[in-house]
Amino acid sequence: MKAARYTGAHQALTFSRRMLLVGGAQLAVGGALITRLGYLAIAQNAHYKLLSESNRVQLIPVPPRRGWIVDRNDKPIAINRSSFRVDIIPQQLEDRPRVIETLASLLQLPPDEIERIERELDASHGFRPVSVADNIPFDQYAAITVRLPELPGVAPSRAFARYYPAGSAVGQLVGYVGSASTQEYEAENKNPLLIIPGVKIGKEGLEKTFEKDLRGEPGGQRVEVTARGKLVRELDAKPDRSGKSIKLTIDADLHDYAARRIGENSGSIVVIDVPTGDILAMPSMPSFDPNNFSDGISRNEWKMLSDNDHLPLVDKVTESLYPSGSTIKPLMSLALLKAGIDPRTRVFCNGTFPLGNHIFHCDARHGSVAMDDAIIRSCDVYFYTMSLRAGVEYIAPMARLMGFQEKFDLPLASQRFGTVPDPEWMQRRYHRAWQAYDTINMSIGQGNVLVNPLQLAVMAARIASGRMLQPRLTGSRRSQMPDLAVSAKDLEFVREAMGQVTIRGTAAAARLPFDSIAMAGKTGTAQVRRITMGERASGGVRSNESLAWRMRDHSLFVGFAPVENPRYAAAAVIEHGGFGAQVAAPLVRDVMTYLFDKPKGLAALAAYEGSIGGSLDQRISQRTAAWRAANGLPPLRSDPT
Amino acid sequence: MISSAIIPQPLARLPWKLIFIVFGICAIGLVTLYSAAGGSWRPWAMKQGIIILIFFGLALAVSWIPEQTVKQLTFPAFIGILIMLVAVEAIGFVGKGAQRWVDLGVIRLQPSEFMKPAIVLTLARFYDLIPASDVRRWRGLWPAGALIMVPATLILVQPDLGTAMMVMLSGVTVMFLAGLPMWYFLSAAGVAAVAGPILFATMHDYQRKRVLIFLNPENDPLGAGYHISQSKIAIGSGGFWGKGFLNGSQSHLNYLPEGHTDFVYATMVEEWGWVGGALLILAFLMVVRWGMAVARGAPTRFGQLAAAGLSMTIFYYFSVNLMMVMGLAPVVGIPLPLVSFGGSAVMTVMLCLGVLMGLERQQRTRTSLA
Repeated sequence: MKAARYTGAHQALTFSRRMLLVGGAQLAVGGALITRLGYLAIAQNAHYKLLSESNRVQLIPVPPRRGWIVDRNDKPIAINRSSFRVDIIPQQLEDRPRVIETLASLLQLPPDEIERIERELDASHGFRPVSVADNIPFDQYAAITVRLPELPGVAPSRAFARYYPAGSAVGQLVGYVGSASTQEYEAENKNPLLIIPGVKIGKEGLEKTFEKDLRGEPGGQRVEVTARGKLVRELDAKPDRSGKSIKLTIDADLHDYAARRIGENSGSIVVIDVPTGDILAMPSMPSFDPNNFSDGISRNEWKMLSDNDHLPLVDKVTESLYPSGSTIKPLMSLALLKAGIDPRTRVFCNGTFPLGNHIFHCDARHGSVAMDDAIIRSCDVYFYTMSLRAGVEYIAPMARLMGFQEKFDLPLASQRFGTVPDPEWMQRRYHRAWQAYDTINMSIGQGNVLVNPLQLAVMAARIASGRMLQPRLTGSRRSQMPDLAVSAKDLEFVREAMGQVTIRGTAAAARLPFDSIAMAGKTGTAQVRRITMGERASGGVRSNESLAWRMRDHSLFVGFAPVENPRYAAAAVIEHGGFGAQVAAPLVRDVMTYLFDKPKGLAALAAYEGSIGGSLDQRISQRTAAWRAANGLPPLRSDPT
Repeated sequence: MISSAIIPQPLARLPWKLIFIVFGICAIGLVTLYSAAGGSWRPWAMKQGIIILIFFGLALAVSWIPEQTVKQLTFPAFIGILIMLVAVEAIGFVGKGAQRWVDLGVIRLQPSEFMKPAIVLTLARFYDLIPASDVRRWRGLWPAGALIMVPATLILVQPDLGTAMMVMLSGVTVMFLAGLPMWYFLSAAGVAAVAGPILFATMHDYQRKRVLIFLNPENDPLGAGYHISQSKIAIGSGGFWGKGFLNGSQSHLNYLPEGHTDFVYATMVEEWGWVGGALLILAFLMVVRWGMAVARGAPTRFGQLAAAGLSMTIFYYFSVNLMMVMGLAPVVGIPLPLVSFGGSAVMTVMLCLGVLMGLERQQRTRTSLA
């Protein structure tokens, strides 16, 4: 064996050789360590410096003030009101149960709110505050401020809450603001601004469509913080930039007036400034109070709004579609004139119009009528006859030219643009050929014709101006609007006939209370149910009053004033309001009255509100109280303002 | 050596070069602890200074023990420490999730720390005793293997993987230097490569996690990989010259965990940069080189093996810690000796240095006598 020859001399030699090996290994490791140190500290220095800085410095966003929404005369529609709020900074919180208990008793927090706060405190870490209460009254704010020394981690502060002076009158138009949802937070790449307590973003309406302009630029407070989120010192700050103001074409007073004048009805009215296309008012009622939404709406409130069959959550101006009814007749006349039909040609109306084995009805026996009579007295038989003579190929394009089925370039979240049927559409939608009765139905705005109130107002404004008017909600004067592809003579004829409607026609009740200013118009009544032959046979058509609300006809009216040189155009649709002349026409009359003579208009409104049980606010609080009582809820405590 | 008529002989005979370097390292440590406490001598720097002085005194005392006495004390001390290791298991004080201390009332002893120099001395004594012809035989292998494995196993079950590894590495180094056949070590390395995965499977959860995180710390930067990630950020952000004294944000804002103990090197490099870090490594290498020189110059086999083994213990101590904080090795909980806050590592290193100084002094006096 080799080992047998292994002696002390060998051992000494081996030792010194292996000492060299070990020493070499030490040097190698030492060299590797210094190299590694150089790699980290020198080669990768920039990378790690950045990481170290992002550890050290945190940016606390300072939320910007939301821009205002003002009307055409700079009257505020949506503004910010200073409010008081309370947050908890989790990092600084001590003795959590006691602090929460004290807060709950000072702020009278309900149990589900306390549960939410506990939940958010569990989920939060470090420096991100957890909201305790928003928009609290000053005395509660003061009570907490006084007791701050015994409430470590509680941070009362002054903030800004969105305020809409006109309340529910502008609900549908401006929408509302609220705290960002998880989806919205994710959609903005986790924008840290969105999770600051008290930061609200637009959820509906103009608040949503103009979110980018209204929000502004958040400022930032750069702070040095420890690993546990404790603030060490404040570094430089970047000031925030308030959101831009949005100026609307809306006339806030008129809008409010119109909203109130709609009263208890479910419906909407649109007023357009004819020379410019400015939308002056477009209330949809009933509505919701966006002020309530900006503090976060309660479940009860939401349920009350959703349960309402008058659909307060729908903007009826652009999201509701109705058969146009007889309001289509002015443009139908334009189509007939364009088709070359002589307006003096008379048609005899005996109240019925047989086609095949079906009989189409008129609401009266008008006798011998020419085109202007047919508009003034709203004779259906005339239009049945003449539309068949002209053909659908003249009618549908004219309807579209007047704004039917048109989607306007407006900053609205959604517009339903309805239907103008024609043979091609019929084929696509119902897979059948166009029939004569389709033309007949269309000639009186029934059948498949669907429009929204904004389109009706645009139609009125286009007829009134003779121009290809485009409605607008923002912005200033554009270039001259092009003329309509309709002869001036035809337009003059139709305008004159519409002028007679309020004098001796179906809307005599809608005559303006002025000697010098007259309104042109056209009523419409849109059926929502089918009138059977049997019903007609057994003693005639049932009156609207005898029907359930949901089965009654829609009441429509379009108009413009003054008849010569029109300044304003309007359209109103009152759902299930009965005859057009009954509800919609007086509504437009009063709004027009207000436009030309405010005191007279306000007097008319006062009389009207007196007849329906008080002002808008009074009625809403009455309704809320009634609803709460019916659903077994205690009455609301007085508003904390 | 300082030779002056004014300085008394015992003082002049001290290895001043070594002492300067060691005190230099300690000074770096104290300054770093001062900074880690946010610019305060409390709670660490002051205490650490006292610990260093006490254990330096101990080292001086140990250095006066004759080699012969050290030889005689080696085996009894080894057995005593083994008994203490067993005692730790039996009546062990539970702390830091591991049983590592024996509480003697006045002080808490960590017997595994004593085992680091003890295993070196014991093996040196073993190979000193057996005849040269037996070194390459089975008789030269298995007793040494047992002497390593028994304490290493006891330490491993505490569980203290880092210390167990160091005990094994120190022991194996002595065996290597004692002249055991090279193929032992090569094949052992081969077996280790195979056994690694098996060992991994038997590890404690937290150890396994540490290994996995070592392999990829960025996968879990806020969880268990936090230590390594933050340590690398601290070191990397230091740059060439460092952020300056008291300006280390990683340590001062507590992003760096254990910035005064295991990760003290990261605290230091953040403020002193590559220059400071490299200087400290060089200082440690010089201490080790001094120890290796003692080994080469030792006249006895025991002296050779003991001095080389103790030097290697110091070397392993600081290099494993540095590899750990720089992301080259898993986090095994080994402090940086003389720099990290805490007495155990200082004690071990000072004991090693005491014995080394003793061996050096004796060979010097012997040569001067000759």
